[in-house]
Amino acid sequence: MAKEFWRWKEYNWKSEDIDWKGGTTISAGVDVGSVSSQSVILVDGELFAYSNMRTGSDSPMSAQNAMNWALEKTDMKLENIHYVVGTGYGRVNVPFANKTITEIACHARGANFMYGNTVRTLIDMGGQDCKAIQCDEKGKVVNFLMNDKCAAGTGRGMEVFADLLSLSIEEVGELSFQIDEEPEPVSSTCVIFAKSEATRLLRDGWPKNKVLAAYSSAMAHRVVTLLERIGIQKDFAITGGIAKNIGVVNRLQKEIGIETLKTDYDTQIAGALGAALFGKVLAEKARK
Amino acid sequence: MIANFGYKDGSGEFFITIDTDKCNGCGDCIPVCPAGVLEVRENEFDPLAEDQMAAVKEEHRKKIKYSCAPCKSDKSSGSEPCISVCELNAITHSW
Repeated sequence: MAKEFWRWKEYNWKSEDIDWKGGTTISAGVDVGSVSSQSVILVDGELFAYSNMRTGSDSPMSAQNAMNWALEKTDMKLENIHYVVGTGYGRVNVPFANKTITEIACHARGANFMYGNTVRTLIDMGGQDCKAIQCDEKGKVVNFLMNDKCAAGTGRGMEVFADLLSLSIEEVGELSFQIDEEPEPVSSTCVIFAKSEATRLLRDGWPKNKVLAAYSSAMAHRVVTLLERIGIQKDFAITGGIAKNIGVVNRLQKEIGIETLKTDYDTQIAGALGAALFGKVLAEKARK
Repeated sequence: MIANFGYKDGSGEFFITIDTDKCNGCGDCIPVCPAGVLEVRENEFDPLAEDQMAAVKEEHRKKIKYSCAPCKSDKSSGSEPCISVCELNAITHSW
């Protein structure tokens, strides 16, 4: 089988410092997205374990797999978790969830934890949609806008390009800067049209990296137009898979003239993390 | 909270905006909409509060340009039934 360049690595992680058996509230969040699914487990609000994998064609199964994989490195069982919150596109399909919460609220809450309470504007560049969110110091949504009618400016678009150019998805960010000069963005951000445009540019003799640069700036521009509607206030942060793509992030920063916040956390888990944080509050509420 | 329901595509920006600080969930906007676009539901964007708000139904969210078209033939934009009926001025349209 030919190499699938869009395929990113799935992974799980566990904290070495936390003894979950000593915890009072164990909450989990499961984010079943259009492209990837994540599961996050918190012990008293501290990040204990998480997983990130591709969503399959079966949503309940994807939710189950993501949860199992987060649990895999630990000796915790699903029964030990007090409260599970489902979020994302497939949130109604998380069979073991106590409650479902929209991913907009979860991303705002997750970003507040990840980037600190100075985040006011947030863009989630997910697999198949883009969400521009304004939130307050508690991570509560103040203004939001979601675009899920078209895949322009999303991770899926970047996957299509990685495949077209035969470049691994993990490398496209760096590679888009290995160019002599910054090209004009591709004129269309629609993934289908942009792909035909890119094919033509390749036939015209453009090097791969230059085509990549042209698409990355088109993607950045597309997101900026979404942000303009809700307004951009500092601090600004990006969540989702594209936050790991320096080619898009740097071009986006340049266009809006604001630095994005940096985090040591995995930006793809923001939704599941927010869900788990809500789970903690809801578990404590239920106990009272 | 400002909630924008709708989308942006090649033909323009189509958003119905509900200001939840103004909306009290009274539901006056629901019967006046000929296309049945709106509903009152829990404010799902603030899961820890339990207030009700007007919102665009999920099945209309990605096609409101077409769902709302009957009221848009009128030149006087800003006087669509849902906007006019709302005494709290909680509803606006982006187009």
